[in-house]
Amino acid sequence: MKTFPIGGIHPSDNKQYSKEAAIERFPIPQVVTIPLAQHIGAPAVACVAKGDKVLAGQVIATAGGFVSSAIHSSVSGTVTAVDMKADAQGNMKPCVTIAVEGDEWVEGVDLSTTLVKNITLSGKEIVAKVAEMGIVGMGGATFPTHVKLSIPDGKKAECLIINAVECEPYLTADYRVMMEKGGELLTGARLLAKAIGVDQIYVGIENNKPDAIKALQVLAGSYLGIEIVPLKMRYPQGGEKQLIAAITGRQVPSGGLPIDVGAVVQNVGTALAVYEAVMKNKPLVERVVTVTGPKLARPKNLLVRIGTPMSALIDYCGGMDGVGKVVAGGPMMGRAVSNVDAPVTKGTSGVLLIPTAESLRQKPDTCIRCAKCVEACPMGLEPYLLAKLSKKEMYDEAEKHYIADCIECGCCTYSCPAYLPLLDWLRIGKGEVMKAIRARATKK
Amino acid sequence: MSSQKLVISPAPHVHGSNDTRRMMADVLIALAPALVVSCLAHGWRALLVVAFSVVCCVVFEWAVQKFLLRGPLTIGNLSAVVTGVLLAFNLPANIPLGLVAIGCAVAIVVAKMTYGGLGKNLFNPALVGRVFLLIAFPVAMTSFPEIVGAVSGATPLAMAKEALKAGVPVSEVMQSVDLGDMSLGMKNGSLGEISVVALLVGFVWLLVRRVISWHIPVVVLGTMALFSTIMWGVNPDAYMSPLFHLLSGGAVLGAVFMATDYVTSPMTTKGMVIYAVGIGFITMLIRLWGPYPEGMSFAILIMNSVVPLIDKYVRPKRFGVVKSKK
Amino acid sequence: MGTLVSTILVVSLLGGLLALLLYVVAKKFHVEEDARIDEVEKKLPGANCGGCGFAGCRAMAEALVKEDDISTLYCPVGGGECMKLIATYLGKAAAEREPQVAVVRCSGSCANRPRVNTYDGAGSCAVAAALYAGQTGCSFGCIGLGDCTLKCDFGAIRMNPETGLPEVDDEKCTACGACVKACPKMIIELRKKAPKGRKIYVSCVNKDKGAVARKACKVACIGCGKCAKVCAHDAITVVNNLAYIDSTKCKMCRKCVAECPTGAIIEVGFPVRKPAAESAPKAEAPKVEVKVEAPKAVEEVKPNETANKE
Repeated sequence: MKTFPIGGIHPSDNKQYSKEAAIERFPIPQVVTIPLAQHIGAPAVACVAKGDKVLAGQVIATAGGFVSSAIHSSVSGTVTAVDMKADAQGNMKPCVTIAVEGDEWVEGVDLSTTLVKNITLSGKEIVAKVAEMGIVGMGGATFPTHVKLSIPDGKKAECLIINAVECEPYLTADYRVMMEKGGELLTGARLLAKAIGVDQIYVGIENNKPDAIKALQVLAGSYLGIEIVPLKMRYPQGGEKQLIAAITGRQVPSGGLPIDVGAVVQNVGTALAVYEAVMKNKPLVERVVTVTGPKLARPKNLLVRIGTPMSALIDYCGGMDGVGKVVAGGPMMGRAVSNVDAPVTKGTSGVLLIPTAESLRQKPDTCIRCAKCVEACPMGLEPYLLAKLSKKEMYDEAEKHYIADCIECGCCTYSCPAYLPLLDWLRIGKGEVMKAIRARATKK
Repeated sequence: MSSQKLVISPAPHVHGSNDTRRMMADVLIALAPALVVSCLAHGWRALLVVAFSVVCCVVFEWAVQKFLLRGPLTIGNLSAVVTGVLLAFNLPANIPLGLVAIGCAVAIVVAKMTYGGLGKNLFNPALVGRVFLLIAFPVAMTSFPEIVGAVSGATPLAMAKEALKAGVPVSEVMQSVDLGDMSLGMKNGSLGEISVVALLVGFVWLLVRRVISWHIPVVVLGTMALFSTIMWGVNPDAYMSPLFHLLSGGAVLGAVFMATDYVTSPMTTKGMVIYAVGIGFITMLIRLWGPYPEGMSFAILIMNSVVPLIDKYVRPKRFGVVKSKK
Repeated sequence: MGTLVSTILVVSLLGGLLALLLYVVAKKFHVEEDARIDEVEKKLPGANCGGCGFAGCRAMAEALVKEDDISTLYCPVGGGECMKLIATYLGKAAAEREPQVAVVRCSGSCANRPRVNTYDGAGSCAVAAALYAGQTGCSFGCIGLGDCTLKCDFGAIRMNPETGLPEVDDEKCTACGACVKACPKMIIELRKKAPKGRKIYVSCVNKDKGAVARKACKVACIGCGKCAKVCAHDAITVVNNLAYIDSTKCKMCRKCVAECPTGAIIEVGFPVRKPAAESAPKAEAPKVEVKVEAPKAVEEVKPNETANKE
């Protein structure tokens, strides 16, 4: 069975908590707060003002540039504020707040569940539609999808890879989509393939989800050129570069992009959103969020309107009792939340509630040079060295040792027997090095 | 917002089972079978030497941390215990306890704590302690107790060396040793090195628990086997067989437990292989042509000193980096 | 006897050869350098702090000798006198600058600004700031992990364990700016040094709206603008809900201090006010006094302690 070539770890996947919970529609809250920067790139520009009436699916902010994304209202109601609100990390970000009244949608949105498989639009039209509907990468990176689908001049895409790995422990949102909306997912994959002008589609799934592999294999028979690729379970298989290497055997060159090896990777959630956007005319206003945790009373997979406060989901699933840490996303790469009233955004794949007992890190000891971090690093880096260099601000030296290739997967910190916060330091170093690289690029 | 204070830390939010203390404990467990065999062969004296050595090492580390470095106490991570056991394993079972204490002092105070403690020492502390004793007290360090049923006299290696030097052909030397006994523990030698089988059981445990990778032990023993096979092939009358070399002396103990010491071995797989080849090669050089019958300790210490260099020049295989042709 | 002679011969020969080698190498790799660089370097303080923008005093000395116009080069540690001395030596015009001192613009002590979450990452402001807003409701204020104290070459800035905030020792501060650069929240500012160590400044950098800022911290600037109105010297501006006192314009009249409803404006080094003025309602503005006595009074926070926390 295929997998990626270097490093990796085997954290227990802990998907059992929410694996069997079918996707459930979360009731629309009374107030939603929709941030204008839910994606990588320029924030969107609000085009509504306080007091405006909006419908669900209506554009409330337009893209602030090419690498940006439009934002749509997820509910119908009245705009009560366009101002700065604290995000999940407590930083003030521009948001549109809407008081909910009923659930009326803009015209033309098909809310039925019938599966439409017939693709009529051309590739360019699909990309335009994806941009219009505000689709971004839903695996967590939230890179605007239309940008990823616009192949730069001189490059050629050869295959589309659907990232159905969901290698983050605990999360099951993608798994549930595969189980319940396989047809929509594969149609979305075909749409994405058409948009980049390729025929070959690989769907990479880890072997800890055998039923999803089976279900999609059955469905794939009725589509052209879709190959379901079972992968040997190993974190971080869902990393773009790791997934491409696992499926095609090609390594994205250092400092390069997936398109350099002819691959475009899209997440399961993104494929579903593209399907809904193109076939159903429905903008990205809701997403599946896994709410889970070892001590949570009712772990669930919820279909949530963007802008719903995380605290509402937590209360719905069993509350904050005994919770010491809340993580938006999975435990390996998700961000700790300091403000649980912050809204669910396009990139919120899960809300993980970690019990108090497990929320504090162990006290760090000294490095014993065990090389576990070197062994675990999927990019073939030396985390112990890079962390040391970053701490000493020797960024030039760190750059020579490829710190910019770090994918921040967390394997090093996870496997360090001395509990050293290797990635904490690496991130700082990588940030500084990336800054320097960008500065040099603009100078030229 | 809820009233309790949430914990905020950068990702990842989970940690694997790796833990310095746990890994050290696994090393101790892996050493247990060899200790049991040693006790069977040498009696309670073996256990006494090991226990005394452990106590000395822990006390010295505690004292240095407490009174000299004034840093946080580090004896909890069991590394001093491991050093103590390994040092004892390299000593004859009948060694005077005073010498054990001296060896421990050299190992912990000189070889480990002067560098700044765990993780910073250049040389394997237990081996420094052992080599110090070997040079300072050669007689006490090379008079091994005779094991019941085993060949009397010196260790098989020393005996073979003497015999070969005296011009006795290999075939005659081989008559006096039983390879089966040697692998089970019926041979003279340091406390911990007598049973190859027990040490290999420990090796398997370390592999299963993912404490070490297979590279260093296998490559060290492989290099030794290759080297001795070549020499044996050239002149089977003057050189002992590869099997004899692998089963005798501290080959297995050194390859599995001493050479794999995290602190003093390289960080990359490639580096580990280079390091291991060096150890195997130097060991055989000393065994065949050097003044000492056994060369494992010296070989490891010599290669320890090369580790920083290896770490500087040998880098792991990077993802997506193709070596540019110059 | 023969051994003795041969030993002497061999050693002498070896010594001679090596000496010759050294001589040749020294000649071959000799670098012609302006002798004045050494002289200038001697006149610089030799702190190698980087406050001038160069890697060290040597690099600064080279630049001073090389450049014709040295009015942009300034050593904050040596100050005006040092620059004048060097300029006279080189026959160039010296740079002139007002002496400055680092000022920490945050009063968010544990009492004023309650902690609302627990940070558990590497013990570095840079790491924490990259992660999230901070342990309190204020996303602008001091993080309190002491990056600034680690960067100070002069031991002039220390964490006060009681307030959790860094404190500057004016006597030791050379205004090299290392702490200013180290602070990810950009709280520390180099301000003009006033006589007698006097200071008046807005000890807050919070740009949130008044209500939000006040909720997070008792002594936050709420941007009410009262201070700007009362200022007769046009020294105070209010931008983005935050007042700022320009230290080059401030005449130290202290009117704004009494006016501030939250106590965000701090005065240091002034005699005690007359009772009338003191009755002005103020939240517990931290009393920062000029430390004339040795800084031993401040519980010493070893840099190791923060570093060891990793």
